[in-house]
Amino acid sequence: MSTALILGARSDIAQAVAHRFAKEGFHLQLAARHADQLADAVEDFRIRHQVEAAAYPFDALSFDTHASFFDALDPKPDVVICVFGLLGDPEAARHDFELARRIIDTNFTGAASILAIVADFFADRGSGTIIGISSVAGDRGRQSNYVYGSAKAGFSAFLAGLRNRLAPKGVHVLTVKPGFVHTAMTEGMNLPGALTAEPGKVANDIYAAYKKKKNVIYTLWMWRYVMCVVRSIPEFIFKKMSM
Amino acid sequence: MWTGRFPPVMATHVSNWGNFPVVEADLRSPGGAGQMARLLADAPQAVVRGMGRSYGDASLGPYILSSLKLNKILALDADEGTVTCQAGVTLADLLEVFVPRGWFLPVSPGTKFITVGGAIAADVHGKNHHAEGSFCRHLLRMRLLLADGGEVECSRQTAPDLFETTCGGMGLTGAILDATFSLKKINTAYIREEILEARDLDHIMQLFEASTGWTYSVAWIDCLAQGKNLGRSLLMRGEHAEIPELDSKNKREAPLRLPAKRKRGVPCHLPSWILNRYSVRAFNGLYYRLNARGTRRHIVDYDTFFYPLDFLHDWNRIYGRQGFVQYQFVLPLESSREGLQTVLERIGEKGWGSFLAVLKLFGPQEGLMSFPMEGYTLALDFPVREGLLPFLDELDELVVERGGRIYLAKDARMKQETLWRGYPNTVAFVNRIERWNPDFRFRSRQSSRLGVTP
Repeated sequence: MSTALILGARSDIAQAVAHRFAKEGFHLQLAARHADQLADAVEDFRIRHQVEAAAYPFDALSFDTHASFFDALDPKPDVVICVFGLLGDPEAARHDFELARRIIDTNFTGAASILAIVADFFADRGSGTIIGISSVAGDRGRQSNYVYGSAKAGFSAFLAGLRNRLAPKGVHVLTVKPGFVHTAMTEGMNLPGALTAEPGKVANDIYAAYKKKKNVIYTLWMWRYVMCVVRSIPEFIFKKMSM
Repeated sequence: MWTGRFPPVMATHVSNWGNFPVVEADLRSPGGAGQMARLLADAPQAVVRGMGRSYGDASLGPYILSSLKLNKILALDADEGTVTCQAGVTLADLLEVFVPRGWFLPVSPGTKFITVGGAIAADVHGKNHHAEGSFCRHLLRMRLLLADGGEVECSRQTAPDLFETTCGGMGLTGAILDATFSLKKINTAYIREEILEARDLDHIMQLFEASTGWTYSVAWIDCLAQGKNLGRSLLMRGEHAEIPELDSKNKREAPLRLPAKRKRGVPCHLPSWILNRYSVRAFNGLYYRLNARGTRRHIVDYDTFFYPLDFLHDWNRIYGRQGFVQYQFVLPLESSREGLQTVLERIGEKGWGSFLAVLKLFGPQEGLMSFPMEGYTLALDFPVREGLLPFLDELDELVVERGGRIYLAKDARMKQETLWRGYPNTVAFVNRIERWNPDFRFRSRQSSRLGVTP
């Protein structure tokens, strides 16, 4: 039976994705900074889906621990889903470089660090799937959250490059770009209903895309077209818009 | 994900299943007990809310803590037949996980889209109340977050006072974190059902009394039928089916698995004029005639038997944007016959009845504030309209003067005296809440409206 490793397993999207894969019989390796707080979730996955589940401490920002973290995993996962991310306060990130660096390092550097290790292993083995949760915010820099957006843009480009490199080795890379999602990250924000997904919907989309070996998906699907419009606005107009 | 540019707006509009009333609230969804305690410490007052399937204002207030992220199943003890889960786990979750393994809920109301916390707080009942009591009878222990931020475990042995006050306590003692309760062993996911036709009120009451040996019984009553047809209804009674009773080879081979069913929804609020005395009368007459063909016996899956309305998602929208009030009362056995007739006649005169009026005979009940009592309960929907509230006050009087009471989980409007007269333990209840929730930090719009809390 296959095993899925979920990096950043405490988030709402990660939990939903874990349920979705476990429902298909995947065993779960749940990695998070506060792995001890995953104890209830581990029990829940075991009881609900009758799969094996275990929690592992993992800190995206402790780059030098990533290799030993991955080495210690037994069995090695068949699917790695990189969910962790940090939005931070976009206003504060404009001026507070410490915060900006934490946002960039979490969303980009940390992901690049662990996925490089995973990619080498999968390339050697000649099998595996890497799923990266990026963001529509990475499709174009906007004044409202460009620190987060640029880190996600970097992550999207990193995933595209990995896909290109690993395709001949039989390793698949899926880039997921969620739009609005009802999660702890967006709690209290007034989100437009028609464009906002529940984490369960995002998880369903991810699993379907994994099965079909899609390369890049937007979830909800209409975000592909929303972002197509956002990207096509000429810069001399875009720069004057309030986005 | 896309974020930013949409400034955090903390106040959202929240209403429960009746879409009435609607409040502005700061609604938060803590991911665990610790986060819930921190949010509670920052809030001047709070109420916990699960799926929002109570009908009125029981889980509304200016500051709402959603339990929906406390959604972990923590343990299944197959030897004892008990499950431990967090308060935000829904009955639908539990059925999905445990029916295929041969376990069923000890008690279930007419929807499975409620949380375990809500089931305890309202001490919900189901079609088996006369035989197996309400939800809390099967509850063994629970853990609460109290107003002072402390966590405490209670059961009938440990802190029994807190346990009893929390059962049916409408969330006023504290926030339920997790609970352990008994499941029921089943051999199939199907119910052996009989549908019997009753021509009038005497007949349906006879049928109920003759059906007390059945585990499940409930009646749909045509609340607009008048005169000699008053009380005409269809009694549905059922038992968990055994494997040999199943009516097809496929079912016998996989008795605990149900084929997936398509769900339908009501896409938008319907205009309020669609429901009027003529359309409802026509619907009820048709429904009665379609089903009233003597006694029918058949095998139905548990979803169809217990949750017929859950297949129509957002069915509350048929009542339009103004919303509706579900009115459920119970009368003691001695005054049930005369009381039901009086109330049904009054509703018939008004012509305001609903489809889906439900009648049931309860058995005896324990508990401080639990709704059931030995006698008949009737539940009806009324779309919110001019004159409804005075009319319901009038019905309240008919109920209370006969020793009956109104179900808090469905109430959006009763007067204080209706509560205090209908629930004789209210004084003791308030005293006990004060012990655990001294500044009434846990309070709801309902508890304030009813004078249970400030």
